[in-house]
Amino acid sequence: MRSVSIIGVGLTKFGEHWETSFRELISEAAGRAIADAKIEGKDVQAIFGGCMASGRLIGQEHIGALIADQLGMNPVPSTRVEAACASGGVALRAGIMAVASGTYDVVAVGGIEKMTEVSTEEAATALGGAGDQEWELFNGATFPALYALMARRHMLEYGTTEEQLAACAVKNHKNAVNNEYAQFRKEITVEDVMDSGYIATPLKLLDCSPITDGAATVILCSSDKAKKFCETPVEIISSVQASDSLALCQRQTLTAMRATQEAAKLAYAQAKITPKDVDFAEVHDCFTIAEVLATEDLGFFPKGKGGKAAQDGETALNAKVSINTSGGLKGKGHPVGATGVAQAAEATLQLQQRAGKRQVSDAEIGLTHNVGGSGATCTIHVYKRL
Amino acid sequence: MKNATPLIWRNSADRYHLMGSHCATCNTDYFPERVVCPKCRRKGKIDAKQMPTEGKIYSFTEVHAAPTGFEHETPYYIAIIELPNGVKVLTQLVDSPDEKIKIGAQAKMCFRRIFEEGEEGIIAYGFKFKVV
Repeated sequence: MRSVSIIGVGLTKFGEHWETSFRELISEAAGRAIADAKIEGKDVQAIFGGCMASGRLIGQEHIGALIADQLGMNPVPSTRVEAACASGGVALRAGIMAVASGTYDVVAVGGIEKMTEVSTEEAATALGGAGDQEWELFNGATFPALYALMARRHMLEYGTTEEQLAACAVKNHKNAVNNEYAQFRKEITVEDVMDSGYIATPLKLLDCSPITDGAATVILCSSDKAKKFCETPVEIISSVQASDSLALCQRQTLTAMRATQEAAKLAYAQAKITPKDVDFAEVHDCFTIAEVLATEDLGFFPKGKGGKAAQDGETALNAKVSINTSGGLKGKGHPVGATGVAQAAEATLQLQQRAGKRQVSDAEIGLTHNVGGSGATCTIHVYKRL
Repeated sequence: MKNATPLIWRNSADRYHLMGSHCATCNTDYFPERVVCPKCRRKGKIDAKQMPTEGKIYSFTEVHAAPTGFEHETPYYIAIIELPNGVKVLTQLVDSPDEKIKIGAQAKMCFRRIFEEGEEGIIAYGFKFKVV
């Protein structure tokens, strides 16, 4: 298999875009990525687009065709990829494999979600489809409830506190202040989180990532040709995906995500690194407890110590490992289908030393971690400069 | 949830009685029912089996922001119940005083209305659990 690199990235501002349509968002992100890669539209040989719930959220399916059409790229093949909130990560992996296999040299990978076209309740119900519709949602579970069930067990088994969870949200908001594309460029305090009202005990409003519109695109190129277009390509040195039971209650444990643990093992082996080598990671903090689980399951901290590590500042910018420098899903926003691609964009900006005030000093190795549902799908990608 | 009539009707044995599956090859119980044993796959022998209807609270949460169809019940408890055969079930926890809702507390199945599809729509019934 050939080595694959990212040669350009493009993002829209994440937030509530009532004035902007789905097609305008993806066109904006893709246009920026193509310009950033210094390629022309005709250089793109295939498109993979991650999107979770356009049918439920805007009544539009067949968005692969929509994207190619809007970008003026017909008849280039354009494929939608869906894996709930990991749609972006799985689309990225599909694009990587298409280039690695030798089928294409240049591929565009997009991710998008337009979530504010419907009410918050309807959006939450649509997102619920990432879980087990017949046996979880049917019985009144919500996504915050599923993660709350994990948080409650983690608190019982390891003594994790609500304040420790809050520390993740506080840190991610702080990072988001320095990200011009982030939804919430505003610092919050632990007290703000603690006073923000329960959504599903013990998780409060500010433990939860928001409803967001946004799109992201990265341009992939075979590494042997990447320097023709881009002076500082970023090589993807592992691309891994793992699955687990769709329903949360069928997992052996609620305090670890097996899909993350299995994917991490493979990802580190593929990249020939250990968790200690990772300078920064974008992890899937759809809820604060998810960031705690991720930093443990990825091997940055021992099981049960993730909450304390966050509280002690070990995950802050330029601390032991910089977690969610972009602001994460909590601060940057979580347009579900776009998230996995936006994470790859952040990794690229960091390794190209283009992250401005949120730049990780001496960033050599970055990792992105994207989760679908309550942990049924996980993708991990590892990056370094080519 | 809209137009859930086939879904509500189809799973009545599972939802009303907690009927699941048993694989004779590996002697494992499953709920909800499965067509294929995930451990034995082709070598599995799957039959219907009644699950135990009492177990312990494994984890719980009080839901304050409900999805469509559950708004009028807010706040309500969702729990995972661990049954003596190792099977875990996600369910609403009802008719239980707050102070008794703890991890490890014994809970048993009861038959309740789950939701209804508007004033003229079908009513979905099924299992919930309550602390004993």
